[in-house]
Amino acid sequence: MTYIAKPKLHHPTLAKNQVGYTRRDYEGTVSTLCAGCGHDSISAAIVQACWELDIEPHRVAKLSGIGCSSKTPTYFLGNSHGFNSVHGRMPSVLTGANLANRDLIYLGVSGDGDTASIGLGQFAHSVRRGVNMVYIVENNGVYGLTKGQFSATADKGSKSKRGVANTDEPLDMIGMALLLGASYVARSFSGDKKQLVPLIKAAIEHRGAAFIDVISPCVAFNNHPGSTKSYDYVRAHNEAVSRLDFMEGREEITADYAAGTVIDVAQHDGSVVRLRKLAPDYDPTNRIKVMNYLQERAAAGEVVTGLLYVQPDSADLHQHLNTVEGPLGQLTERELCPGSVTLERINAALR
Amino acid sequence: MKRIEAVNDCVVKFANVNGSGSASANELFARSILRMGVPVSPRNIFPSNIQGLPTWYEVRVNESGYQGRRGGVDLMVAMNPQTWAEDLKEIESGGYLFYDSSRPLPKSKFRDDINVIGMPLTEICNATYSDPRQRQLFKNIVYVGALSALMEIDPNEIEKLFSEQFKGKEALLQSNVKALRLGREYAQQHLSCPIGLRVKRANNVGSKIFVDGNTAAALGAVYGGATVCAWYPITPSSSLAEAFIKHCQKYRVDPATGRNRYAIIQGEDELASVGIAIGAGWNGARAFTCTSGPGISLMQEFIGLAYFAEIPVVLIDVQRGGPSTGMPTRTQQSDLLSCAYASHGDTRHVLLFPEDPTECFEFSAKAFDLAERLQTPVFLMTDLDIGMNTRLTDPFQWNDSRAYDRGKVMGYEDLEAGKEFGRYLDVDGDGIPYRTYPGTHPTRGAYFTRGTTKDRYARYSEAGPDYVDNMQRLMRKFESAKQLIPRPLLKPAAKPARFGAIYYGSTSPAMAEALDVLSARGIHVNALRVRGFPFQDEIADFVASHPWVFVIEQNRDAQLKTLLINEAKVNPSRLLSVLHYDGTPITARYIVEQISQHASARTVVPLKKVVS
Repeated sequence: MTYIAKPKLHHPTLAKNQVGYTRRDYEGTVSTLCAGCGHDSISAAIVQACWELDIEPHRVAKLSGIGCSSKTPTYFLGNSHGFNSVHGRMPSVLTGANLANRDLIYLGVSGDGDTASIGLGQFAHSVRRGVNMVYIVENNGVYGLTKGQFSATADKGSKSKRGVANTDEPLDMIGMALLLGASYVARSFSGDKKQLVPLIKAAIEHRGAAFIDVISPCVAFNNHPGSTKSYDYVRAHNEAVSRLDFMEGREEITADYAAGTVIDVAQHDGSVVRLRKLAPDYDPTNRIKVMNYLQERAAAGEVVTGLLYVQPDSADLHQHLNTVEGPLGQLTERELCPGSVTLERINAALR
Repeated sequence: MKRIEAVNDCVVKFANVNGSGSASANELFARSILRMGVPVSPRNIFPSNIQGLPTWYEVRVNESGYQGRRGGVDLMVAMNPQTWAEDLKEIESGGYLFYDSSRPLPKSKFRDDINVIGMPLTEICNATYSDPRQRQLFKNIVYVGALSALMEIDPNEIEKLFSEQFKGKEALLQSNVKALRLGREYAQQHLSCPIGLRVKRANNVGSKIFVDGNTAAALGAVYGGATVCAWYPITPSSSLAEAFIKHCQKYRVDPATGRNRYAIIQGEDELASVGIAIGAGWNGARAFTCTSGPGISLMQEFIGLAYFAEIPVVLIDVQRGGPSTGMPTRTQQSDLLSCAYASHGDTRHVLLFPEDPTECFEFSAKAFDLAERLQTPVFLMTDLDIGMNTRLTDPFQWNDSRAYDRGKVMGYEDLEAGKEFGRYLDVDGDGIPYRTYPGTHPTRGAYFTRGTTKDRYARYSEAGPDYVDNMQRLMRKFESAKQLIPRPLLKPAAKPARFGAIYYGSTSPAMAEALDVLSARGIHVNALRVRGFPFQDEIADFVASHPWVFVIEQNRDAQLKTLLINEAKVNPSRLLSVLHYDGTPITARYIVEQISQHASARTVVPLKKVVS
């Protein structure tokens, strides 16, 4: 399939969004990943989310590291600039890109090898700086492109395709993101598009570091009995804490909810994240409680999914740095160069 | 006993303990001489430590304006018992030792060929101050006061410096003036003033400014339009980033909104720092990182990405002694090869070699134009000697009509008009393609940046011909760089010369002096200062036109010579290395001695010829 170019001709009846694009305008080239790869479902969810949010595709910058997951930005948003950087270093490149132009939307796509092993440091520091981004980890617990080695998120005791049990503790990216101050933390499953699309939409609208861990089974190397990242295992152990309805500010909230089951979280731009609680005591704005809850459920063997934590009135790196409006990269000599008169004053002070 | 007698020409070295507050007193001493119109060149020799270890401050006073390290010491201000023995050894015969005589020392601790000047500094301070910290701090000012009497330095100049430094802090001003006078009066009453080393008012400073290279390079980055800086603390480059922060706070805040026209990130390591700079460069900002050798080692993979994906980025390498942690507080020029060929695979990078703070400013600003014009990493190769020492240097200049060269960027109008865009397409024959900034046009000009092989339209390709085509274009681009980077400067000998000499960077002041000394001895040398890499043709021509060419460097492995042989295709048998790499700045004495030896060996008529 992969050698066939995607037809560019669209059916004229395809629905257009408010900025005049069809869903197909958000696609990229044909995926070269294995048939059934969870990553392709995530790409499709990104396409859906951007289309539904009426984002102009070229206003998104998509960045990635190295690995199967990091190849996916070619397969969505073909009219966006993309940057496939070096292994584990997407967060720094994204941070720099974001500093240069705060007006674009930054989508960082990474894998569990790229983020939890080689890139653990950069993941941690980009999150703690509050870079305004959507950081998606396509988490399959395995190194796919190098054919089946365990990654750092593989659960202790889970088995490789060859039957070898993993003896190392897994790295908890969600726990780390919470500790490091991510202001939006979610976990989802590539097989649950209904859950994933609103999570991506709300993450895009969120200001600050939004982290989404998406369990995305590797059909080639980690979808067998004994794996804890297989389709079957995740379906059997998935415990959603919330259903998310993301609403933009201008839309009237019309859905009918039973009293006491709904939490509205206002975002900086007036949009609202509306959560339908599935776990009755769950409060996604209380970081300490969220961390406790997640540890308890993990100990019980559950994979908790949904919007796990969101901080209302979150801030981002540009606010911390007090930078001017608009892209720094577009400032000119007039704004940047102090000029010869000032230089003469500097010279005089150095005599 | 012999006594060195010299006016406006001596080396004074202060041996101190770091953390004792000596640095500002010593700088005060240097500045006061400068204010008398006499050039000085101070150098910090400091340990990788915060408190308690030996540190030295060496001031060369030289009316002719020679600013290289001379070698030897005429007056040692020995304030550190730990290093007493070594410090004493360094004094030239007939030179002077100034020391704290509060505690008597046995005669065996001294040398009998030097002039010893003892002053009970601790005793004086203990009698005057009750606070222990004040006793320590003012001891430094007291010895500066004594030196002013001993060397005939105008005390008014020192007091003027105090009043500039402590403007609005009357109490501090008064207490410093008091300490200064205390030392001066004691010396006048109890010591024989003046000694043979004296300072006489002159007029040889002119419009020159007194500044360190890191401050200058940081200011160059401000003038050159850098908006994003990411760095990780490492000696000797940290003060560069800190100077950039200070300059930005002063000159880069929007007066209307109070908001910043810059973003500075202290990265978690050097990898992240260069990654941030590359991300910013990709997205249209002028960005840089500053580091030293160990940082360059860590950045290798990213530098290869920026080279291959063609992303503008500036790296300022304030070199120090390597390899490994090496000599973190000493100087060297030993990162040339690791920068010129940074990263795995076939790469070549543009290097700039500033000689002093003035060129640090100029080249730093220029580096951003070069990086964007060439869409590649550009290295500013400075070192600890230039970076962390205050130097008397030509004033900074800026032409207000100068516009930033943002390079080949295709904008919305070009794309809308249907101009062909191929990210790696060589449309002008100079190997430099056009780029687009992310977010420019809804349907045209987007491309995927990657470190993998691609075709001219940025499409992933593992085809051999695509790879070769791209690599050859990168070579053409590197060739184009020759015309853009600073050209070498020739300093012809006064008389026809058989010898040539090639040098670069911080060797410059020592070299200028060495050439004069050699010329006075009848050894005439044409000198060429290389200011950048890739090498222009005149460098090879220079080598070809001399039977022997000395290549003077501050590293063990003759790195520039290696580059010259590799890249300028010069005849290796013509090149004679003069190498200095003990971590101290190279001296004119060393260069003269080395060149003289080589020269006499090559002017001796071979025995065979005499016999036959």
